[in-house]
Amino acid sequence: MRQLHLYLLAALLTLLGLGLFLYKTLGLGFPMAPAEEVELWTLQVRFTVDSRTGPLKATLQIPRNPPRYTILDEHFVSRGYGLTAREGRDFREAEWAIRQAEGRQSLYYRIQVTADGQRGVDSGAVPAAADPELEEPFKTAAITVVSEVRSHSADAASFAAELLRRLNDPTPGENIDLLLSDSRSPGGKARLAETLLAVASIPARVAFGLELEDRQRYAVFTPWLEVHDGKRWVHFDPESGETGLPDDFFIWWRGDRPLIAMQGASNPEVQISVWGSYAPALEIAERRVDLVGSRVVEFSLLGLPIQTQAVFSILLLVPIGAFFMVVLRNVVGIRTFGTFMPVLIALTFRETRLLGGLTLFVVVVAIGLAVRFYLERLRLLLVPRLAAVLITVVLILAAVSILSNRLELELGLSVALFPLVIMTMAIEHMSIVWEERGAVEAVREGTGTLLVAAIAYLVMSLDHVQHLVFVFPELLLVVLAATLLLGRYSGYRLLELRRFRVLAER
Amino acid sequence: MLSLRRTLNERGVLGLNRRNSEYIGRHNERRRYPLVDDKLLTKELAIAAGMSVPELYGVIATQHDIRDLHRIVADRERFVLKPARGSGGNGILVITGRRAQLYRKASGDWIDPSEVEHHVSSALSGLYSLGGHHDRVMIEYCVQCDPVFDRVSYQGVPDIRVIVFLGYPVMAMLRLPTRQSDGKANLHQGAIGVGVDLATGETVGGVQGTDAVAEHPDTGNPVEGLVIPGWDNILELAGRACEITGLGYVGVDVVLDRDHGPLILELNARPGLNSQIANRRGLRGRLERVSAAADRTAPLGTRIEFVREHFRHR
Repeated sequence: MRQLHLYLLAALLTLLGLGLFLYKTLGLGFPMAPAEEVELWTLQVRFTVDSRTGPLKATLQIPRNPPRYTILDEHFVSRGYGLTAREGRDFREAEWAIRQAEGRQSLYYRIQVTADGQRGVDSGAVPAAADPELEEPFKTAAITVVSEVRSHSADAASFAAELLRRLNDPTPGENIDLLLSDSRSPGGKARLAETLLAVASIPARVAFGLELEDRQRYAVFTPWLEVHDGKRWVHFDPESGETGLPDDFFIWWRGDRPLIAMQGASNPEVQISVWGSYAPALEIAERRVDLVGSRVVEFSLLGLPIQTQAVFSILLLVPIGAFFMVVLRNVVGIRTFGTFMPVLIALTFRETRLLGGLTLFVVVVAIGLAVRFYLERLRLLLVPRLAAVLITVVLILAAVSILSNRLELELGLSVALFPLVIMTMAIEHMSIVWEERGAVEAVREGTGTLLVAAIAYLVMSLDHVQHLVFVFPELLLVVLAATLLLGRYSGYRLLELRRFRVLAER
Repeated sequence: MLSLRRTLNERGVLGLNRRNSEYIGRHNERRRYPLVDDKLLTKELAIAAGMSVPELYGVIATQHDIRDLHRIVADRERFVLKPARGSGGNGILVITGRRAQLYRKASGDWIDPSEVEHHVSSALSGLYSLGGHHDRVMIEYCVQCDPVFDRVSYQGVPDIRVIVFLGYPVMAMLRLPTRQSDGKANLHQGAIGVGVDLATGETVGGVQGTDAVAEHPDTGNPVEGLVIPGWDNILELAGRACEITGLGYVGVDVVLDRDHGPLILELNARPGLNSQIANRRGLRGRLERVSAAADRTAPLGTRIEFVREHFRHR
């Protein structure tokens, strides 16, 4: 019963810990490894117009839930303009308006985006293919083309492919020539394909986007044809007829609306620039989660002030050290001073590095122990004796610092932060064990303590471990579960096998 | 290594983890620990229950009381000063003789009264208790070693550690001081542990550290085949120990006095596992046997009978 209770508790903790961990890594994109970086794109549209006297109004199509990318940041820069953002079923636009503007006006729109595998390519509602009202002679030409293409295709996708092949044919025939003559503008071919597909009752739309490449100062929106084949959207390059969307294609807007519509201005000039940069994955994940508004990060350590974060980044390592302590003591059977002294010593190694820490520790404890035994002869009372040892430890540390500075060794300078009290307690513990159980036992336990401290330090100083416990403190629930399970381990300790081997003889 | 583990398991050897979780953790209530951690409390309980202990001459509880010391021991030639919460035999001062104002230590050195007073003062302020807690000092009868052990002990007084589970003695070990252990019956410091057949009180095998020994290293005499006199009394004394403390799994330290027979020296709520090595026997089988078949409320005589019958050595 008690056993079952424990197992259930451990399973629950593990599930909770791993569940949160998986949600944060797979769902929210928190990086599993430290110093992971992701690409961050900054896209900017700048347009300048000559203002006429009187009110000026400009409408810009802006991205709305772009597929495959997340918008981390969005800025509208315009001095003195009133700004309204409007959102519809398949569009989003920003409208700048001013009652009186003079001279050349510049307006900026800037976003930062990052790739997001979570968001599919498909998005937006499927429009019903409305029959376009064409005028003669275009109507006859369109119907002829559509019926020819239809006889050469099997379904919506192959229809679109065949249609684009014909539109891009150098000698397309007079019907297509006629139709193309009316749509020479950029994106015209895609729009024409859209119209012809509508005639054939196939839902289609035109998407305009940018191929993200670093340092483009004059980027151009490329039209892309999206055809719905009954189940999903299929993308076609209207120029080549190839299907699929390039990996780094960022869809800005869809539909028939122009990028910019203006009233009361002339000579519009649009400059689109794209530049890429890298940012720590962790930071991006946080910003993304901020946008989603997930509670997970509101209650995360990442929301704490930096100094507090620094404290926790160390504090959270203690459970890892403690867990290794448990394993080394209860499963391996290494004997140590005190219960958690090795973990505390391991924390002090953070200041001095391993080798320096070990050397320093052995030197200080050895000298301190000698002093302690000398004080023993003076028969001092406990508290004054401890204080005397503490004072000696401080003096030894000072001496080591000065000496190593003279010898130009690195070691001594980090000494100042080496916790004295831990050293003093280690000396006291060691001398008690020395008296009660003899020198052999004292040295054995001292070595055990340093060994466990060294192992705990090595584990705690792994970049991956530090990163994991700080970004995913919920993993400590798993550590807790494992510790609870170890708490019921009643088998032999490894070193006990050696101790009792006499009993296995005969 | 796995086969070693299996062999030990088959032989019922008890490991620390299992001792802690299944025996100490389950049968020893934490709130009863002070009864054994404070030797004065243990002694008072034992006296109240009419059990034999070294006679208590007096107690010094405060620095102010120290002046009473010389009055208490005025007509005592030999006595022992013992911190009530001292651990591992620390802080015990054995006085074996007097001359004028001077006191003679067990080692033969003479010390003056101020040194004795200082010793008591340090003990009171917690010098010898773990954690440095304030302590009390007992002044008690100095046990006279039974001559049966003269041939196998070096200075000091040997004692018998009996492990008692639910009122049933399950294993016993005789601890013999050596030169290495400085006359203390402390295995960690090099005393010899010798297994004892619970049925007969006869010694079997010996161990120093983790090595088997057959002879006492200082006297050269065999440690095996010795019959401990008054074994019945020792078993009974040990068997009653858990009644007075309420602890289920306890180590009882008994000394054999030349004049007074077996006396309870102290109890231990976390007895070690070395007696398994000394006896070449595992504890677990015996413990399981007791919890399965034996009745904890049975009268002492019945319990001792059970022990004699089931925990015979050969």
